[in-house]
Amino acid sequence: MYDIIIIGAGVTGAAVAREVSRYQAKTCVLEKEEDVCCGASKANSAIIHAGYDAASGSMMAKMNVLGNQMMHQLSEELDFPFVRCGSLLICRRKEDMPALLDIYERGIRNGVGGLRILESREIAEMEPNVTDDAVAALYAPTAGITCPYSLNIALAENAYTNGVEFKFNTEVLNIRKLNIGYEIESSQGIFKTSYVVNAAGVYADKVHNMVCEHKIHITPRRGDYCLLDKSAGNHVGRIIFALPNAEHGKGVLITPTVHGNLLIGPTAVDIENKEGVNTTSEGIDELINKAGLNVKNLPMRQVITSFAGLRAREDNHEFIIEEAIDARGFIDCAGIESPGLSSCPAIGEKVADILKVKLKLNENPDFIRTRKKILNPKMLSSEERNQLINRDPAYGNIICRCEMITEGEIVDAIRRPLGAKSLDGIKRRTRAGMGRCQGGFCTPRVMEIIARECKMSMFDITKSGGSSKIVSGFNKDSV
Amino acid sequence: MNNYDIVIIGGGPAGLAAAVSAKNRGIERVLILERERELGGILNQCIHNGFGLHTFKEELTGPEYAQRFINQVHELKIEYKLSTMVMNITREKKVTVINREEGLFEIEAKAVILAMGCRERARGALNIPGYRPAGIFSAGTAQRLVNIEGYLPGREVAILGSGDIGLIMARRMTLEGASVKVVAELMPYSGGLNRNIVQCLDDYDIPLKLSHTVIDIKGRERIEGIILAKVDNLGKPIRGTEEEYACDTLLLSVGLIPENELSGGIGIDMNSITLGPNVNESFETTVEGVFACGNVLHVHDLVDFVSEEAMVTGRSAADYVLSGLQKPTVFNNNIEVIAVGEVRYTIPVKLNANRMEDILTVRFRVGKVIKNQFISVYFDEKRVIHQKRLIMVPSEMENIKLSKSKLKEYPKLKHIIVKIEEE
Repeated sequence: MYDIIIIGAGVTGAAVAREVSRYQAKTCVLEKEEDVCCGASKANSAIIHAGYDAASGSMMAKMNVLGNQMMHQLSEELDFPFVRCGSLLICRRKEDMPALLDIYERGIRNGVGGLRILESREIAEMEPNVTDDAVAALYAPTAGITCPYSLNIALAENAYTNGVEFKFNTEVLNIRKLNIGYEIESSQGIFKTSYVVNAAGVYADKVHNMVCEHKIHITPRRGDYCLLDKSAGNHVGRIIFALPNAEHGKGVLITPTVHGNLLIGPTAVDIENKEGVNTTSEGIDELINKAGLNVKNLPMRQVITSFAGLRAREDNHEFIIEEAIDARGFIDCAGIESPGLSSCPAIGEKVADILKVKLKLNENPDFIRTRKKILNPKMLSSEERNQLINRDPAYGNIICRCEMITEGEIVDAIRRPLGAKSLDGIKRRTRAGMGRCQGGFCTPRVMEIIARECKMSMFDITKSGGSSKIVSGFNKDSV
Repeated sequence: MNNYDIVIIGGGPAGLAAAVSAKNRGIERVLILERERELGGILNQCIHNGFGLHTFKEELTGPEYAQRFINQVHELKIEYKLSTMVMNITREKKVTVINREEGLFEIEAKAVILAMGCRERARGALNIPGYRPAGIFSAGTAQRLVNIEGYLPGREVAILGSGDIGLIMARRMTLEGASVKVVAELMPYSGGLNRNIVQCLDDYDIPLKLSHTVIDIKGRERIEGIILAKVDNLGKPIRGTEEEYACDTLLLSVGLIPENELSGGIGIDMNSITLGPNVNESFETTVEGVFACGNVLHVHDLVDFVSEEAMVTGRSAADYVLSGLQKPTVFNNNIEVIAVGEVRYTIPVKLNANRMEDILTVRFRVGKVIKNQFISVYFDEKRVIHQKRLIMVPSEMENIKLSKSKLKEYPKLKHIIVKIEEE
């Protein structure tokens, strides 16, 4: 019997797990995939929004602004990248100025600090590659960028270190309300718990509706993205948003990433398939056409990969973070679409506060608030790096030549708490395979290391769990 | 002691040949830096035959061809370091490297030869829509898994792109027990050598669909199928021509890109067509004492030409070092070699008649299939070479030879123009 079971190990579930681990509670996270950060959390704009978008007074606005304020300290505690680079919302047509001013005023009402309207001259000075058509822009200095995997993994590792259990490949099939608490039927058996936290992303409606009569509905909203090579990474220094207008609808954003690439996206297409992360040619064409409206001379030849992510859009376009009205002990974190990443620290804290009161939780005296990321030898001086290689020669062995990732980092990613078990797990933790050759050279080498470290057969190594196996047999085994 | 006369970045066919020729020219301290665990580069996984017809007048496999040069490296006692990655090169020719045994350290060179080879274009660069499941490999990655590691990537295979590695892998996968359903090529002509189409596809009844591309990838975990469609003249898919192929593997052979990340760091002037450095007749880049040869310079279809080019490069680098690092002329003071029209680029782009060897091979590629036309070379306004070709294709590198004695007859020559003429 658990005190708390959290369904979903995305950024919301991991943030709740980490905040709950401040208290003495027997907590477990159930995740249907083989790793953390496999759903909406892994494919998004990686932006920490300032908080001017959401309707004033909404849960979304509150969580966004608060989450943004908490992000810096969290990034220091949990050692993940966060850069407060600021953002510009570009207005290209004089007739859209009232809309820009409305957003500015909403931002002020939402409590976003430092907002300013810039004129075209100031925009050009700040971002020379922004279109000459820009008549004005809303500058939000508090907006920032992060690495969503690093954030999600950091939260989960820290929760685990503080005693939270994680069960992977564990899909929730049904939930039954008991006299006290809940019984969760999963692909790995039955779990009993006093409280349930529903952080199931695009599946949060399905999970909620297993228990509640008051139904909710979530639409997966797909967004395609293109990622450009690091040689294009300095094209803009801030996040460049487009002001929606009648002619082009919602625009696409262009942002530097914390790793020095350039990211363009997303499109917005409502679909029904909750696993529908396929990109489309229409989507990519739309990106290429729209991206050029706000930023000049985009080197679209430098695209190294494209991908699609899903946003969990609840019908009322609002975060639902509360105990369900008709199911005591069942706490929803549903409809966590953008700005979910920005909001996750605040959501985690809010849910932990609810649980603390309901379960009368005591503080965990052994709570460790900090966590160290995978050692990055690039941040060391030559002398320190040589000492490291001397201690562990694996740090002298470059495996991913595009991102210059060593065997030492890959081994660390496997051995650490909630370590990587697949190629994508390694990629998200170390960036091996994420560079310009997209794993062409390092895939066989990384497989070798996983096989050795995890004592696995090469045939069982997957790209991302399940049936995503890489090799299917020996040469001529069927001949 | 970390001082060398010539440091060669890469121990593949280009680096090996350059090392051998530099040493034979009289250079004492030559060092090859190789990131893999063995010398030989990509040849080690090219276990098919067809190598060496030009160089050795016999047909060798890739590893055999490499071994001929590796033997010479050993006989000449040329130093090399394996599993050693070059992290950085400066204009002063300080090379920062890393390996397990020695850690991170610097090597100083009088001359550097870039011979890093190329990498394969990945799916992302093509913007192929669909899911991103396991089972999508670049042809070279699959080739490594099969030929070096002994693992079969999959059993039902589709191949996009008809580059040579893709064609070779169509045959290899078939021989290893997989079924190759189709090879699709976006262009109206193949990206590979004609002999490979005959020997790797036709002989095994594997269909080659020209002017076709992949418009969707099915399967969320492991690839389950692809949709192929015919494309129009602009490369856009034509509605109504879609065909579905079930497959558990998609190999991509859609082009090779010279690996010039290090070159960019030194500030070498790059060529926007080849994506390699601009070089002169000595294969010297715009940074004095830094030379380049092989696939890092421009992608070759035959390794024999890589060796030939690298031998010249090794000799040039040796002469540079032996002449006391005195540059006879300045790069910019040379004759310009200009590619016009369907001639997409030339190697070299500059030449100095005083420094060139008796015969200089100018290599280039054409931009489309051209039949019954002439390769013409003009010395300024005067046409000096006019050679008929029955067919020229983008996948096969062309060359013309310039002789030193002929060039000496034109002391005021400014431009050498290479173009294709109908008559």
